[in-house]
Amino acid sequence: MKIASIKDLESISNEYSKKLYYPETIKVNIGMASCGIAAGARAALEKAVQEYPGDNGIHIGQTGCIGFCQEEPLVEILGAGKPRVMYKKITEDKILDILGDYTEGHFNKKLILGQMRDPRSLLEDDIQNPVADVTPLEGIPFLEDIPFYHNQVKVALRNCGYIDPDSIEEYIARDGYFAFISALNNMEPKEIIRTIKDSGLRGRGGGGFPAGVKWETCAKHEGNRYIICNADEGDPGAYMDRSILEGDPHSVLEGMLIAALAIGSGEGFIYARNEYPLAVKRLITAIKAAEKFGLLGDNIAGSDFSFHVKISTGAGAFICGESTALMASLEGNVGRPRAKYVHTVEKGFRQQPSNLNNVETYANVPVIIYKGAQNYAKLGTERSKGTKVFSLVGKIKNTGLVEVPMGISLRNIVFDIGGGIPKKKKFKAVQTGGPSGGCIPEQFLDLGVDFDELTKVGSMMGSGGMIVMDQDTCMVDLARYFVDFLNEESCGQCNPCREGVKRMLEILTDICAGEGKDGDIELLEEIGSMTQKFSLCGLGTSSPNPVLTTILYFRDEYESHIKHKKCPAGVCKNLFYYEIDTEACTGCMLCAKKCPEQIITGEKKKPHTLDQDKCIKCGICYEACKFDAVCIK
Amino acid sequence: MSEATPLGSGKSKRINDVEIDYMELDKIIEEDFGNDKENLIMIIQAIQRRYNYLPKSALAYLATSIGVPLSQIYGVATFYSSFSLEPRGRNIVSICLGTACHVRGGERVKERIVETLNIGDGQTTEDMRFTFETVRCIGCCSLGPVIKINEDTHGNISSDQVVNILETYE
Repeated sequence: MKIASIKDLESISNEYSKKLYYPETIKVNIGMASCGIAAGARAALEKAVQEYPGDNGIHIGQTGCIGFCQEEPLVEILGAGKPRVMYKKITEDKILDILGDYTEGHFNKKLILGQMRDPRSLLEDDIQNPVADVTPLEGIPFLEDIPFYHNQVKVALRNCGYIDPDSIEEYIARDGYFAFISALNNMEPKEIIRTIKDSGLRGRGGGGFPAGVKWETCAKHEGNRYIICNADEGDPGAYMDRSILEGDPHSVLEGMLIAALAIGSGEGFIYARNEYPLAVKRLITAIKAAEKFGLLGDNIAGSDFSFHVKISTGAGAFICGESTALMASLEGNVGRPRAKYVHTVEKGFRQQPSNLNNVETYANVPVIIYKGAQNYAKLGTERSKGTKVFSLVGKIKNTGLVEVPMGISLRNIVFDIGGGIPKKKKFKAVQTGGPSGGCIPEQFLDLGVDFDELTKVGSMMGSGGMIVMDQDTCMVDLARYFVDFLNEESCGQCNPCREGVKRMLEILTDICAGEGKDGDIELLEEIGSMTQKFSLCGLGTSSPNPVLTTILYFRDEYESHIKHKKCPAGVCKNLFYYEIDTEACTGCMLCAKKCPEQIITGEKKKPHTLDQDKCIKCGICYEACKFDAVCIK
Repeated sequence: MSEATPLGSGKSKRINDVEIDYMELDKIIEEDFGNDKENLIMIIQAIQRRYNYLPKSALAYLATSIGVPLSQIYGVATFYSSFSLEPRGRNIVSICLGTACHVRGGERVKERIVETLNIGDGQTTEDMRFTFETVRCIGCCSLGPVIKINEDTHGNISSDQVVNILETYE
């Protein structure tokens, strides 16, 4: 059917709401985002489908990223008159057990993450209720009461994990496309732009430029305007855009449609990262469904507005996340950025006015239009409104994708939501902003996270990667790691970046190899400041950030590498050795068994010894020891 | 389990280009991508999907078909990291060196793979069994360190598991 009005949406919404919220059969939603699949979700799904192939009272379905990566594969089960339960770590060997238990009314607490409230609460602020007509289970917490979920507010991720990403009907049942159709029928382009401006939405891709201002400028320039979505998420350690595309592709399409309406564009492109095949597949399904429903194509909903969307995939180049490089790549060229004397909103793709926003930015747009700018602006800080999705990874207990209001403290994210550092290790720093960002040390843990505060301490928001590091992370090695990344990814056309990054890498590699010299730190600072000032594009100007912030906050580690030839974290191989603490060693023989060089010797229940001369410092014994007896010296 | 072939048998030799089916190639360029220069990257991707790498003769044909100099096509093919001008192995082993995997010890796993296969980043074993690549973040950060072999993701890898995992791929 073709959607012609809000009424059409309502009738689909009514029909599918029942299936979504109050299914007559038992419904199983298996989290099938890339990370869930990697943890074994596909095998679990196949097993369940094999056992319950047809319509025999159990419907096996898929959904997107449920967020709590640490507990993947996550499986939600709901059924008429029964509580909604989220199960954790459900691999193929457990799926049939929980299904059987659930149907019989048994609930194995060990496998349950929590029970769910009515998921409509995410759309309507005031519903925080258990599912209607269902007695909640005793002794099992609601998901929102678990620390990981407690401080989260889902806007961009509102549908991820609740709907089947391949079903446009389920998206509509979650108020999808209502914002677009009502904007199409009732709003002037200027009014849409005003709403986005009033909401305070800033670009979620890294720079934080006000989205409404960008739209307004683009709309002012005459030409064949284009709407482009940046899905070239290249920051290592950030995967929120992938999760949105995999879990809720229609939210991005609807955001692009609203932008097209406001700016006056008939054609859009999504530039997706090569490494995200599943996201591309779900996008293609979504575009086809939207075309079928008449939400994309010519004369949408009987109006004179037409909009077509195409997908283009990158081929593996970090720099193509930069706006001008992305557009060059879209045109089939090498992705080299150009100077932005003329902005892309004036002359971008095919030399025409082009509006580029990132995935998460577009996903926020329908909510702003549907619920109003003021409602959205209630969340966040004075200059950073709304929420931000972070991928909380690294040395952290609860790895996962978290969406929190801007302004929440780092401590809250790392220690409450993230559950702190595993294995009783000590927190050292958190790295934000990807290779362009910086490391934030413990003293700033109470910092409220928003665009401006992060910049003040030398880092940046970036796309939202948040990598937590503990005592075992060497900050010099980390700086070397990022500079190595940037050295590979620098496009090479401007001197300061090509040479500056390379020289910084050489110096850092020397320091990590134990060949650091007096004056190296100062030289790094000098090269860094030059590269920052004179590079052509954002990749170059931000490339020294990881070096400069680690020097600023962890200068002692640099000095220890250079002056004392010691790597305190035990990462730089030439600068430490392992030793077995004879008092702590219980003689369990685990390290001796695992050592690939077989150089750990000793009798059972007696302290072992390690042959320093033959040790290759692979770290296997250090990781294996349960008694902290293998020490870094 | 492998029987006779050892895992590490040295670097790849250059082998001659495969035979190109020009009718088929023409169909890709013409029908799927409308002979359009703007689709250059996607055409090259399609060629790589078809041949598993980019044969020189296919690129030369592409140059004349869409009217882009071969030098420019070479520029594009070498600029983007997912393109390979050399034939690749039956199994693609990718180690994730995203930040989360890096801080969780991905480098050690990488060293172990390099040692075992006796090839460097981007190289292929002589028997064409493995090609080894490093990638930056496949977004499975909770499972770090992660290696991906073909379509299988292996998470929470420690360096002592490397040999056993590799041996299961023929």
